[in-house]
Amino acid sequence: MPEIRLQHLRKDYGALTVIEDLNLEMADGEFTVLVGPSGCGKSTTLRMIAGLESVTGGQIMIGDRDVSQLEPKERDLAMVFQDYALYPHMNVAKNMSFALRLARMNKSDIEARVKEVAETLDLTAYLDRKPAELSGGQRQRVAMGRALVRDAGTFLFDEPLSNLDAKLRGQMRAELALMSQRIKKNMIYVTHDQVEAMTLGDKIVVMKFGEIMQAGTPEELYRNPANKFVAGFIGSPTMNFLDAELSEEDGVLHARGTGFAIPLAEDRKARLQAHKDRKITLGIRPSSFAEGSGGISMPVILSEYIGAQSVLISELGGQQVAIEVNTVAPIRAGESREFTVQGDEVHLFDPQSEAAL
Amino acid sequence: MSTARANRLTPYLFLAPAGIVLLVALFYPICYMIYASFLDWNPSQRIGEADFVGLRNYIKLFSDDAFRESMWVTLRFAAIVVTLEMVIGVGLALLLDRNIRGMSVLRTLFILPMMIAPIVVGLMWRYMYHPTVGIFNQTLESWGFEPIPWLSDGSWAFTSVIIADVWQWTPFIFILSLAALQSLPSSAIEASKIDGATGWQQIIYIKLPLMLPVLIVTLLLRLIDSFKVLEVILVMTNGGPGLSTEILSIRINRTASEFRELGEAAAMSNLLLIVLLILTFVMFIYNKAQEIRAERMRAAEEEA
Repeated sequence: MPEIRLQHLRKDYGALTVIEDLNLEMADGEFTVLVGPSGCGKSTTLRMIAGLESVTGGQIMIGDRDVSQLEPKERDLAMVFQDYALYPHMNVAKNMSFALRLARMNKSDIEARVKEVAETLDLTAYLDRKPAELSGGQRQRVAMGRALVRDAGTFLFDEPLSNLDAKLRGQMRAELALMSQRIKKNMIYVTHDQVEAMTLGDKIVVMKFGEIMQAGTPEELYRNPANKFVAGFIGSPTMNFLDAELSEEDGVLHARGTGFAIPLAEDRKARLQAHKDRKITLGIRPSSFAEGSGGISMPVILSEYIGAQSVLISELGGQQVAIEVNTVAPIRAGESREFTVQGDEVHLFDPQSEAAL
Repeated sequence: MSTARANRLTPYLFLAPAGIVLLVALFYPICYMIYASFLDWNPSQRIGEADFVGLRNYIKLFSDDAFRESMWVTLRFAAIVVTLEMVIGVGLALLLDRNIRGMSVLRTLFILPMMIAPIVVGLMWRYMYHPTVGIFNQTLESWGFEPIPWLSDGSWAFTSVIIADVWQWTPFIFILSLAALQSLPSSAIEASKIDGATGWQQIIYIKLPLMLPVLIVTLLLRLIDSFKVLEVILVMTNGGPGLSTEILSIRINRTASEFRELGEAAAMSNLLLIVLLILTFVMFIYNKAQEIRAERMRAAEEEA
């Protein structure tokens, strides 16, 4: 399984440039997730890797081979599509074995291979059924099985779970994670769902308007987002962004806004000197708030009780804020509570460039 | 009349005009023709004056060599044109199912023959096949070849009417195949590319099987039509030379107008009608089977 490198990849549709200059390396056996809002170019990138879209410029290297001008079948890939893309006129066994039959593998080997994969995916009872006779989840597994029976070097997934209902999606996500642990291959997975990205990826690539905003491990992206976009995209509920100003009091830097002043950790001081007395955007994750006396007093406008947690919608300096707290009993709307925020858990962004400070 | 009753009758009221038209324009002539087929009826007689002869017209038909020849010509004609049209039409559709500049213009050009009135098509081809001034023979001669007796030699005449029919009706199959192709799930075709299918393998294993329901209905529609073909051949050869291009509808026409045997002509029409009914019935059964299958699959899906 070779590593995959995208070098100066470009895609134009007529006069419209969707991807201008994309550079990305995926290590051998890595599970890479391309994530971003619709129209960010993630699916186009995947389809270019698959060979289903032509490449306008740049190279796609799989190992030492430049595959950017090769046919899909010459690239040693398997792919799972969003709508499963099963062959409606073939039964499950035929669907799964199609690639093997085209490759003229001998019959008993094909049968054994299909049987083995069908067992791991719990599809043995359905091998004779046509796709139309299966439920959404079963179709999804057949699509997965069709990719798995081929011993391809790279697996591509184009939003494979987005047509499933929430419960099934959670189940399939877990199965996918198990599968990727078992068969350590190159996997490239496209999704718009940050939860899928966080739970599945060894590496997450956040894209926007055809550009990579940040690439890194889930933890890197969560802890150290490179810019406001990544900070807002990764994590649920979404990070709160507040207008603030950086000021120094008694030798300690504070992020000060209407109704709050949060002291920042000492080790950030040197880096932030240049931004002193300037406007900044303050980012606080809902989970970074902790209930405690001596904190900022905030009204509870709306309380969403989920069980162990509650998400409170509150207001700070005229701006809406979401707060996630552990709860024993539901918190009622209309109360006022005090919350503290640790200075090392806040994120600071330049209001113009939106880059992290 | 109560409102409920009026409401119940409304659909029938709205259906009535169509029903009446059907009765007058379809059901009545058919009954009339079935009755006529049992008569020895001359055009100079009123239908009431004709002698009732029972099944004699039908019995006569089966021992009539000219009728048998005509039936054979019709079957051969239908089989050959429909086969050629299917192959060329589907082939063209597969070829032109892509987004290239000017493709929409090309597609429009391809379907033009179908929109020309059959009489005009017949006249046009007759001039093109003309032994001395026709474009085909002129071209052949200018290249130094012998002219071909397009319409004056029996076997050439049969080929010539086939060429004209294929020219006119291939677009019909082309259009339907193209529509079928463009409604195929694109992701299934993409999946087959990833699975390693070559262009031909995509056509054979994915595209054609998925187009099959449309192709079967198209085939039956064309088969029904080709049994009824009249104008083009009437204008081009009027069934000749000899009986070489005398398809059934021309035979019926001649029996009625030339031989003045209305009873026999009616019997032939009925036989043709039966053939067409069988074809229509096959199509109906096929559609019904498809529906039942879709229904069963839906049920199975819900169960799953």
